[in-house]
Amino acid sequence: MEALVAIAIGVLTGTGVFLMLRARTFPVLLGLTLLSYAVNLFLFVSGRVVVASAPLTDLGLATYPDPIPQALVLTAIVIGFGMTALLVVLALRAIRETGGDHVDGGER
Amino acid sequence: MLLPLVILIPLLGAWLPAALSRAFGIDPARTAGALVIAALAIVLAQAGAVLDGATFVQSWPWIPSLGLNASFRLDGFALLFALLILVIGVLVVLYARYYLAPEDSKERFYGLLLLFMGAMLGVVLSENLLLLVTFWELTSLSSFLLIGFWRHQADARRGARLALMITGAGGLALLAGVLLLGHVVGSFELTQVLASGALIKAHPLYETILVLVLLGAFTKSAQFPFHFWLPHAMAAPTPVSAYLHSATMVKAGIFLLGRLFPALAGTETWFFVVSGAGLATQLFASYVALFRHDLKGLLAYSTVSHLGLVTLLFGLGTPLGEIAAVFHIINHAVFKASLFMAAGIIDHETGTRDMRRLSGLARYMPWTAALATIAAGAMAGVPLLNGFLSKEMFFAETFQVQWLGPWYWIMPVAATLAGIFTVAYSTRFVHDVFFGPAPQGLPKTPHEPPRWMKVPVEILVSLCLLVGLTPAITVDPLLRAAAGAVLQGPLPEFSLSLWHGFNLPLLMSVVALVGGAIVYFTRRYHFDLHGYTQRPVDGRKISEDAVGCAVRGARWLVERVANHSLQRYVLLLVVAALALGFTGARGLTITGTAAPTPADGLAVLVTVALVLTAIAVAALHAKRLLALLLVGIVGLAVSLAFVRMSAPDLALTQLLVEIVTVLLLLLAMYFLPAESPPESSRARLARDVIVAVVAGGAVAALAWALLTRPFESIAWYYLENAKPEGSGYNVVNVILVDFRGFDTLGEITVLGIAAVGILALLQGLKLDGPALDWEGRPWASERYPLMLRVLSQPLLPLALLVSAYLFLRGHNAPGGGFIAGLVTGTAMLLQYVAQGSAWASMRLPWNYTRVIAAGLLVATATGLASWAFGAPFLTSTFGYVTWPVVGKFELASAMLFDLGIYLAVVGVVMVIISRLGGLAGPSSIASREGQ
Repeated sequence: MEALVAIAIGVLTGTGVFLMLRARTFPVLLGLTLLSYAVNLFLFVSGRVVVASAPLTDLGLATYPDPIPQALVLTAIVIGFGMTALLVVLALRAIRETGGDHVDGGER
Repeated sequence: MLLPLVILIPLLGAWLPAALSRAFGIDPARTAGALVIAALAIVLAQAGAVLDGATFVQSWPWIPSLGLNASFRLDGFALLFALLILVIGVLVVLYARYYLAPEDSKERFYGLLLLFMGAMLGVVLSENLLLLVTFWELTSLSSFLLIGFWRHQADARRGARLALMITGAGGLALLAGVLLLGHVVGSFELTQVLASGALIKAHPLYETILVLVLLGAFTKSAQFPFHFWLPHAMAAPTPVSAYLHSATMVKAGIFLLGRLFPALAGTETWFFVVSGAGLATQLFASYVALFRHDLKGLLAYSTVSHLGLVTLLFGLGTPLGEIAAVFHIINHAVFKASLFMAAGIIDHETGTRDMRRLSGLARYMPWTAALATIAAGAMAGVPLLNGFLSKEMFFAETFQVQWLGPWYWIMPVAATLAGIFTVAYSTRFVHDVFFGPAPQGLPKTPHEPPRWMKVPVEILVSLCLLVGLTPAITVDPLLRAAAGAVLQGPLPEFSLSLWHGFNLPLLMSVVALVGGAIVYFTRRYHFDLHGYTQRPVDGRKISEDAVGCAVRGARWLVERVANHSLQRYVLLLVVAALALGFTGARGLTITGTAAPTPADGLAVLVTVALVLTAIAVAALHAKRLLALLLVGIVGLAVSLAFVRMSAPDLALTQLLVEIVTVLLLLLAMYFLPAESPPESSRARLARDVIVAVVAGGAVAALAWALLTRPFESIAWYYLENAKPEGSGYNVVNVILVDFRGFDTLGEITVLGIAAVGILALLQGLKLDGPALDWEGRPWASERYPLMLRVLSQPLLPLALLVSAYLFLRGHNAPGGGFIAGLVTGTAMLLQYVAQGSAWASMRLPWNYTRVIAAGLLVATATGLASWAFGAPFLTSTFGYVTWPVVGKFELASAMLFDLGIYLAVVGVVMVIISRLGGLAGPSSIASREGQ
């Protein structure tokens, strides 16, 4: 499992970085989304991989997952949405201000 | 008596001259004078006891944890300086009243002067070293303003900047030194520091402390090689020069040498550094002074040279040398202030300070000439004047050096040489200006100045004479008290008298006087003094060049790095992060020791799907709609990963956010081009692929390294206490609303701020969407599909019900405010999609900004309510009620907090979607209606 998680995080980071280096706002937005998946997954598995369990103490399980990274990542996902929305609006505003969707402003 | 009053009267009274002048038309000089005299009266009231050897220390705790106390100290040494500052201060206030031109703002001048005076008094009266450094910086700042008083003159501005740069940098060094000193001693109070001399000198940090403190002292007191700011500070009005650059501010460095004398002095390092700097300064500056043509320039270098003399005396580290240093501080302040004032009078009455143009002024202003001659005599060390006495003591002390061995004669010879130059430039000051033929072509016809302008000079010159003639009864008590306070111990035997018999110091005095006269009067056989233009190594040029170089370098770097391309910046950021990461990870093994968890077929399948889809997104990103749909698939795969890895709350959240995000991006796509144009260069593409692969590989390796290492968590605490302390089985939710509720409050606040930012960006924004789709077809005539419309309406109440269910069970099962809020938001969002923004906002007419605000208020109020019960912020409580039908039901204050989260999340989602949905301007709607 650990290898699968590491590969997934690596691929999400790589594709996210690649898209963030593009010149247009839309791919950059997609790249940021992928990168935030990677970051959230990374933070999440810092509590290590625990399968077939849940942080619900009334289940009476032998092992529980670490609930702290889960709580951190939950708010991170929601805030990530806020950030994406802000960037979407910024991209729209940039179209109005610069006349194009190039990240450096205008058509280059 | 309150010591702080002495400092606070001028410091806080600095605005009074201007205020009273504007309100009642009172002469600012009178107000300033009254304030200074009030402060002086407080000091004088204590003078008797201090002269008898008392030390007053008054202390108030300020920030005790940092060792910073508002503590003040008045002992002999502080008394001496306080008297110099206040007495000469009164005289300067009087003098400036006549010196300043009508167009100069007297209000500003006296305000700044009082500010400086308060800062300077703070330096000398501080018991706490941190407090001393604070006042020290304040003197640098206020002197910057005073030097630049004539702010229309470029000279004044440059001189002020230079002074601030040098003394400010020295102040930073001093701060570092004082912090180390406090670290070594364990206290910043002078009483402790002065008593710990042996400890400090034996400490391995002693040399560092010494160098840092001396940097502060030498820059302030214009010691070589930091002397060059002082001559440039002569662009200040002459009263400022007379006050700051003779009597007070430049003496602050020397004050520090004296103040910390018991703590730092007496070692070999101290001797070589301090007296070395002093000797070099004294010789060099006295030589240079002879060649200055500007009266104030000559006096400036003379001041540097005399400060060097005092530094040298402190550097000797002997008790008698220290007494001579203190004595010379007094004498120099008195004669130099009067000479500056005389120079100011000459400038004021003739319009020039250039000695090549001045001549024979004695016939126009005989009384001023007499006063200046006496003061210059004191400067040269002529017998019967005060300068002679301290100079004799200085000459005598130069024989007492123990560290030079067979080179012991260097000190007396250099001292005599400096004495010769001092006599020569003193003679030049008097002879060039007052004697010789009548001056030609002066800007003004010279005459005696106003009566009261001369009074300060007269008082100071009579002090020169009084001290010079009867030292034992005039200056002896003050000198003993001050020198005793410097030493912090018994004084050796010494007597102040005019005649010590024929001895070596007397011989040196005679050689200096005769030699100096010879040098001056035979100068024309060696060179033409007046035709001589000096081009010494100019410290100002060096420092300004250094600053210019730094500015140019910074500009060069900025132009190279900052090319206004965000694309470039992102690349630099990623590359820099990778470089730092690789540097830090050198030599680490990647695979750890923890046993891996076995994988199953489904996990492999989902991972393969996620990897392929993510790569497809990157490869196909130019086709935007396709790429967006693929991103949605990646998000679903991530949700599945959360399910598999025991995080139901996260899976729910991810799923809902994914829906909202994809819808949001779809909405944005309407206004953006449907496809990205091809990349301009394949090289750039290749470069980015390499960077991306390296970054992905590095992060994968990092994740692998993390996952294969054993770890300790504090999870057990939360797992064990979630039920007993937070009354919930869902630990994630209990952490969010209870254990780490403050974090969550911060996070929903950030969300709210993001929504406000979005509103601000959308302010007044109207965009026209394309009239045709990306394949050139008109948009569908049926704007809102019927099936969706019919289905979405009954879905809303159902979704709200689910949302309420998720909210209520959240404390014990997956759910809670975040998830419930997202469900509600999604359901309402569906109405916008299915029915259009106009229809939806008519039926859901809430002001969502207020919903966010209400959410934040509820959450904050829940936290504040715990104060009412005397508990810390956000303490939660819970109880059980039995409801009919439902049965036993738990009520927790955390649920109220969760309600705040719910409202904030709903508000944020709706603000964003409703505003973006309403973005399409009327024109684009109309154009579509027209299709």
